Amino acid sequence: MLTIAGRTFRSRLFGGTGKFSSPQVMKEALEASGCEMVTVALRRVDLANPEDDIMSVLDRRKFLFLPNTSGARDAHEAVRLARLARAAGGGDWLKLEVTPDPRTLLPDPVETLKATEILVKEGFIVLPYMNADPVLALRLQDAGAAAVMPLGSPIGTNQGILTAFQIAIIIEQARVPVVVDAGLGAPSHAAQAMEMGADAVLVNTAIAVAGDPVRMARAFAMAVEAGREAFEAGLGARRAEAAASSPQTGLDFLR
Amino acid sequence: MEEMTLEEFTIPDFSQLQQLLTANCHPAEVHRALRSDRLDIHGLAALLSPAADGLLPQLAAHSARITAKRFGRTIQIYAPLYLSNFCINRCAYCGFSAGNRIDRRVLTMAEAEQEAMILHGRGFKHILLVAGEAPARLGVEYLAELATRLRDRFAAISIEVQPLAEDEYARLFSAGITSVAVYQETYDRGIYSQVHHSGKKCDFNYRLATPARAAAAGMREVGIGALLGLADWRLEGLALGLHLAWLRKHYWRTALTVSFPRLRPAEGGFQPLVKVDERMLSQLIFSLRIFDPDVGLLLSTREEARFRDGMVGLGPTRYSAGSCTAPGGYANPELTGEQFSVGDHRSMQEVCADICRRGYDPVRKDWDATFQIQDSGNGMSVAL
Repeated sequence: MLTIAGRTFRSRLFGGTGKFSSPQVMKEALEASGCEMVTVALRRVDLANPEDDIMSVLDRRKFLFLPNTSGARDAHEAVRLARLARAAGGGDWLKLEVTPDPRTLLPDPVETLKATEILVKEGFIVLPYMNADPVLALRLQDAGAAAVMPLGSPIGTNQGILTAFQIAIIIEQARVPVVVDAGLGAPSHAAQAMEMGADAVLVNTAIAVAGDPVRMARAFAMAVEAGREAFEAGLGARRAEAAASSPQTGLDFLR
Repeated sequence: MEEMTLEEFTIPDFSQLQQLLTANCHPAEVHRALRSDRLDIHGLAALLSPAADGLLPQLAAHSARITAKRFGRTIQIYAPLYLSNFCINRCAYCGFSAGNRIDRRVLTMAEAEQEAMILHGRGFKHILLVAGEAPARLGVEYLAELATRLRDRFAAISIEVQPLAEDEYARLFSAGITSVAVYQETYDRGIYSQVHHSGKKCDFNYRLATPARAAAAGMREVGIGALLGLADWRLEGLALGLHLAWLRKHYWRTALTVSFPRLRPAEGGFQPLVKVDERMLSQLIFSLRIFDPDVGLLLSTREEARFRDGMVGLGPTRYSAGSCTAPGGYANPELTGEQFSVGDHRSMQEVCADICRRGYDPVRKDWDATFQIQDSGNGMSVAL
């Protein structure tokens, strides 16, 4: 089972709460996905309001809320937002997003590292959204990040894992769980991440904007399970040349 | 901010823009634009050209796909709050024009707060403060004071007032103003001087450089727009595209929006100089969405409910609702002195219900005042 910061998760699929056509569709899709951790944008919800349209439809016993700092453009803003969220009852878990470019929403590595260092010291369980930079992953891990969340491709693009080479290095080197986040546009992308050995994936746009978000959520759940199963079963290595399924290598000389 | 403002945005002459449009006015160019991932200005010209008119359904479908991917199935909701209809400018098309005999008033701080609280009570979390240009009656002090009073009760506060200096925008940003809208009205210099008879607004270049000043001051979002009905809408669309692209290059931290105000009947009885019907307006909206997938597109209550309902999901991302354009009009609906008469008279609840019926989520809160609180003395200041 997946463990992050001492908490175990049966599902390796994490969900998002943005872009859905209604809170009801969001609730049904997230329940169908089987995910146990969902991220919510602090800019979008009102934590202090029990009747908030997103928070009120999701059962807090079923889902661990992972508030995110989407919209923050530097470490100052992210840290301030995190502190106020915790003060408003948002808990210690935090998906750190520092995205100064509102167009691509790509994360700022320098500010993300700064904010991670501060928030970890203050007792937050920090899961930073990051570009797929292996050295940055190590730096964030050393700074105390509970997991790292490298992007497959820019958020909302549905492009899949364009950063496979770097993500493979991150997975190989990491001591903390690796959650592939952003850009996963189809269940096959999620399966690919899991086959590569990612510990989990986070999917939002591909489910929220699908023709039928509930069925798409189920499809992602199955893909994540299949990918993980394949990884644990041990995938055969890819090779450039054909390899016989029953090798005829002559070893008769052995005594 | 580190951005340099030495370079200024300039707009080509409309005759040059017309050449650009003509050069790309061909169905093959339209198809090419619809196939490409990133449009350049030639692609935008093709989409805005008469050659794209017959392909409007294709433009709509492409625009809808891009919008869903970037913004999801959501529409942001806001309301304008008119603070003052005093104005030093004489503009041919505007109800607030200095020469018009209308009931003039500027809301006191208490009245403005009362209007805001009415909107708050109706469920609005994002308000747009609007005022005519009369800095002696309503200046930066007033706006800063009001923003400070309202910031804890609203997720986002925008302004649409007279152009200000960069340091004034910086001051308003720290007071809690999130975004600035300044519409050029028309990018055609000739028509600009024809409809702006007197007042500070006659300075085309100062107004044109205003969005850049707001962005340089750190505003989170800057809105541009053209008042439709003054000059050729296709060329205004090209100018808006050029302005957007320039702002993106120079102020990459700033989110951008475009508004599409069509002339509405107003005091003064000004008649539009050119026709812009709903079909043309939709072509303009689809074209800019395809040109810039990330830009926020506003569709206000200037447009009728039927049109706004039909456009849900096709490109626009932000709707105003339940708007009154007379200062004090929320508390006293019988007040006159409005800027223009609105085309969509539904309440916010009705607008939201219709958006829901179309399978979209009306989002009232998509920002948080926390982003901007510099150091409120509540222990939340950040030492790095």
